[in-house]
Formats: sequence, C-alpha cells, structure tokens
Amino acid sequence: MITVGLNTCILLSVVLFAIGFFGVLLRKNTLVIYISLELMLVAAMLLLVAFSRYNGTLDGNIFVFFILTVAAAEVAVGLAIIVALFRQRVTIEVDQLNALKN
Amino acid sequence: MLDSLFYFLACFSVIFAVGAVTSRNAVNAAMCFLLCLVGVSGIFALLEAYLLAVLLVLVYAGAVVALFLFIIMLLDMKRVSSWHFKGVSGLATVIGAGLLISGVVGIATRGKLESLPLADVPASGASLKAYGEALFTTYLLPLQVVGFLLLIAMLGVIVLSKKFTAEEVQ
Repeated sequence: MITVGLNTCILLSVVLFAIGFFGVLLRKNTLVIYISLELMLVAAMLLLVAFSRYNGTLDGNIFVFFILTVAAAEVAVGLAIIVALFRQRVTIEVDQLNALKN
Repeated sequence: MLDSLFYFLACFSVIFAVGAVTSRNAVNAAMCFLLCLVGVSGIFALLEAYLLAVLLVLVYAGAVVALFLFIIMLLDMKRVSSWHFKGVSGLATVIGAGLLISGVVGIATRGKLESLPLADVPASGASLKAYGEALFTTYLLPLQVVGFLLLIAMLGVIVLSKKFTAEEVQ
C-alpha cells in the first residue's frame, strides 16, 4: 500500500499533460503531434484513476475504461487520415500543409 | 518501499515523456512513448487499478504504439523537423508555458486537497467483479455505444484507406 498523497498524483499527471501540451504546440510533424496528444490523454487517465482510488469509488476507473476504447478508435481513424494526407501531399509537416491559406 | 517504487515510476514516465516529445527521430519518439506508458501502467497497478494497468499495456503499448510504428515505417520518414519558435505559435507557447507552470507550481505548493491515507479507503477498482457489475448495470448504454463506435471507426478506416477507382466514385 503506497502512502503517497493525492497531490503527488495530481502533480505527476499535470506534468505529463504539460509535456504533451508543449509537444503539440512546438512540434511540426503530424505523427509527433499525435503522440503528444496521446500523452495528454494518458495524463488525464492517470488523474481519473488517482481520484477514483483516493475517493474509494469505481466510476473514475470505468471512465478510463471507456477513454481507452475511444482512444483506440481515434488513433486508428487519425492514422488513416495521416496516411491519406501523405498520399495526397507527400508530406505530413504541418508547415507545408497550407492549402487553405489565403 | 512501494513509495520509492512510485517515485521511480513517476520519474521514469516523465523522463520518457520528455524523450517522446523532444526526439528528432519518429521511431525513437514512439519507443519513448511506449516506455512512458509502461511507467504509467505501473502507477495504475500501484493505485490498485490492476485491470486498467493490464488494459493500458495491451491497448496502448500493444495496439496503438504498434500502429504508430507501422505508419512511421509506411511513410518512411528519414528525419523529422525539430522545434520551431516563431510568430503566433511562439507567443502561444510562451503564454501556455506561463499558465501551465504557474498551475503546476500552485498545485505542488498550495494544494489543499485532503485525502485519507489509502489504507482507510476501499480499493474498489481492484476486483474484476466490480467492473463487470458496473459495466453491465449502470454503464450498459455507454458500453453499447462504445461497441458501436468501434464498428464505425473500423468502417471509417476502411473507407479512408481504400483507393477508389473512377467507376466506384460515380
């Protein structure tokens, strides 16, 4: 049984979320942006599990169960879109995907 | 003992999260993300959500990261562009960095969330029976909806990745 407080879990989750956030804002490659997005999702899951554990309820865990399912579906569709994009434009750098500009 | 394991896993996952976000090579990024997930899954196990720890490794490490690696190999990316600091995105990053860091520091220093010691709280996520009961009573409708969502996602992926000929488009 760990004796770590809830605050530590929240801190860890926020740090992971912040790292993912910087990745989304600063990287220009679509795949790396996508990995950073998944990192943010994992941070949110960690927070739900921690709150659920420290409150003695099950609902947070069930939400994480659903988030996992939706994330799997989302990754499949997102990567299919990236592949379709690559077929059309031969690049997935967000700088060069500016067809809607002007 | 378990506390030091917790801190070790926390440092492990944060270090590899930084690696995933900063690495130049997309394959390295995916591998760092995988190790970060293993760390988070260990923390899930320490928080006594054993089913979720196993599912995280199975679904994320087994399926999602493998899918990422397939796509990286399929697209054959030799090198990935690194960091950019310019214009609006630089400004947004600075503002976002300020807000996030102040938020993290605020939580770390002034967090007043009272929590009982874990020995006094029942670990309701530890038993599989509780999951089954909740999923098939309270959360029955969301469960069905999620199943349907997976079906739709599968169809969507097939439609997106199929190459249609001219007659089929008509």
